[in-house]
Amino acid sequence: MRKTVFVVLLGAGLLAAAGVLSDAGQEQSTPLGLPPVPIPENNPQTPEKIALGEKLYMETRFSTTGEVGCFTCHDPEKAFTDSPLKTSEGINKLTGTRNSPTVINSAYMTKQFWDGRSPDLEDQALHPFINPVEHGLENHDPILKIVRKDPEYAKAFKAVFGKSGKEITMREVTLAIAAFERTVISGDSPFDRYYYAGEEDALTEQQKRGFDLFLNEGRCVSCHVIEQTQALFTDNRFHNIGVGINNIQNDVPKLARNFLQADMTVSEVDVEVLTDPRTSDLGRFAISHGFDDLGSFKTPTLRNIAVTSPYMHDGSIETLKDVVIHYNNGGVTDVGDPVNDFLSGGIRALDLDEDQIDDLVAFMEALTSPEFEPSADEADGQ
Amino acid sequence: MTKTNLNRRDFLKGAASVAAVSAIPLSTVELAFADPSQNFTFAYISDSHIQHIKGSRFVNNWDRGLIRAVAETNLLQPKPDFVMFGGDLAQLGTKPELDHGAEMLAKLNYKTYCLLGEHDYYLDLGEYWSELFGPHWYSFDHKGVHFVVLNSILTFDEWTFDRWPTAEQRMLEMAGLDNPNGSPFMVGEKQRAWLAKDLSGVAKGTPLVVFSHSPIQKIYKGWNFWTDDAEQVQALLQPFDDVTVIYGHVHQIQYNQIGNISFHAVMATAWPWPYPRAYAQAESHMPKITVPMNRADPFFERDATGWQFINLKTGRVDMEYNLNNNTNRTVAYNPETGRPEDTKYQAEDDRINPQIHY
Repeated sequence: MRKTVFVVLLGAGLLAAAGVLSDAGQEQSTPLGLPPVPIPENNPQTPEKIALGEKLYMETRFSTTGEVGCFTCHDPEKAFTDSPLKTSEGINKLTGTRNSPTVINSAYMTKQFWDGRSPDLEDQALHPFINPVEHGLENHDPILKIVRKDPEYAKAFKAVFGKSGKEITMREVTLAIAAFERTVISGDSPFDRYYYAGEEDALTEQQKRGFDLFLNEGRCVSCHVIEQTQALFTDNRFHNIGVGINNIQNDVPKLARNFLQADMTVSEVDVEVLTDPRTSDLGRFAISHGFDDLGSFKTPTLRNIAVTSPYMHDGSIETLKDVVIHYNNGGVTDVGDPVNDFLSGGIRALDLDEDQIDDLVAFMEALTSPEFEPSADEADGQ
Repeated sequence: MTKTNLNRRDFLKGAASVAAVSAIPLSTVELAFADPSQNFTFAYISDSHIQHIKGSRFVNNWDRGLIRAVAETNLLQPKPDFVMFGGDLAQLGTKPELDHGAEMLAKLNYKTYCLLGEHDYYLDLGEYWSELFGPHWYSFDHKGVHFVVLNSILTFDEWTFDRWPTAEQRMLEMAGLDNPNGSPFMVGEKQRAWLAKDLSGVAKGTPLVVFSHSPIQKIYKGWNFWTDDAEQVQALLQPFDDVTVIYGHVHQIQYNQIGNISFHAVMATAWPWPYPRAYAQAESHMPKITVPMNRADPFFERDATGWQFINLKTGRVDMEYNLNNNTNRTVAYNPETGRPEDTKYQAEDDRINPQIHY
């Protein structure tokens, strides 16, 4: 099944590291360092559904300008992000408020979006289409019109779901997109080979020191979880780490009140948080209304993190080194800035020295899967 | 005054039967009184243990707990009428600690009442605390409810005045748990006389809420989860129809009913204490523990700390625990069983599973 997917991807000419991928594509097993992909009972994977999902993922007609597709911000060539953009660009170069999270391994996430406002990949796929700064559609009707009439789509939906015409709804569209996204998984990084396959040489000495810091003094592993047999590098929880919220400190009471007084639908929240940067920085609070969630965002995976800069939910930190410095300062990017009142309890100053900071960065560079490793040319060019 | 109270009481009784006792999200609490102007809520913050290191340095973890509780309380909708601070603002009762704590409390957007904990008291016997916060015990009326604030952490005069060479040592002896040199807390004869007099002017139907630092009931002497003259204080409170005692000190959720008196403990903003299982004293009035405290995750420094949002819509206390990094809980008076109950986790099937974390 995975072989099929990779063949499809290669056929689309999307991936530079073709040789590596075709090797990986031969394997039937789960990549090293990852658990089996959880597949919902109501959306079993089939090669045809995955292929349809990819076609929908790459479709640009589902936007008001005919230029924006899922891939625009989650580009397979850029480790399924839009690096190096700070925040994503939708129709007419309109920008949202949040940095595009990678689709890679999102199949393992128990909630979707930075603030977890969506429970699964199927639901997630509904929202960007009708967000004014993403695909920009008023509603989902134009999508349904295309998939019901376009002969290729009609044929594919008939084959996959046995449905045609008005029987095709956004349910089928999102089932297919989610099925495709569940094939976008990657492990097999140098760290995986070192930790799960016992390849002593897979990490450099500096990276090994960084790994020790990651587990101990750096306090990283408490949220970016590594387990005995697998590492998703996320706890699927939400934390205020002092990013974004620090910019709106004085406005929190006013902004929070709006959400406490008016219950919004997910779609309304979707529009609010992606069009108003200050509201966006309230984080998961906008969804849960829980004080614990003020300024908190989902712990992202660290896999392929070295190739998906910039960082944080707002893309406000450019380099991994600056990210580590932010944590080392106890949740403030610049030393001396006020610490946020709602900072998560786990965040505190780390007292790491320069060398240790570099070691941690080196460790994170060992989390890149071979298929997303920049080629030598690209690396030189940068 | 009396007339108003009686009216209010009738009104509370009526409200009790219709008020749904459930875990209500803070944002949607609606008070059940017919006259909205008489509805009110208040918040309760306690046990911050602000600890001075030296110079301008204080223990960061305790600072963050109080800062967070204050900031969150300021966001409450609907707004509480006032905030009660339940004692142990300081760790060792020094001026820098009390000043630093007072500065953080000053950021509350509401009228704030304070009471004394032993950590505030035993250095200078509450002298500097008084300069900042006022009398050691007092009472006030608010919208038909009579509130009493006690200093329950006094002890024998001999221990306080004659036993220790320095005030600093006295403070340290009282600050320790399981310390054989400590001494049991008490309200004391003088204050009990004041209380009797204060209550003599209050109609028996008036809802009565008593704030103290130590529990006005006997739980565990070794940790001073204890007030030595608890029975005598309770005797003064029992004649009232609706009495609630709210106490800090224990840094955990506790609730109990003795006669007419409902007891509720509040969480600390600093750290959690476990439930004292080693109890081996005289007869205990605590019911057997049915919901063990969830084990705190040590990575999240705020886990198992929190503060409280309280509504008095029934004339009894609905205590909503706002718990950082954990599941919020509500303990409310159940008119059918006549005692406070956890609205969600009392049922065996709904208990919080102990956390398994390595």
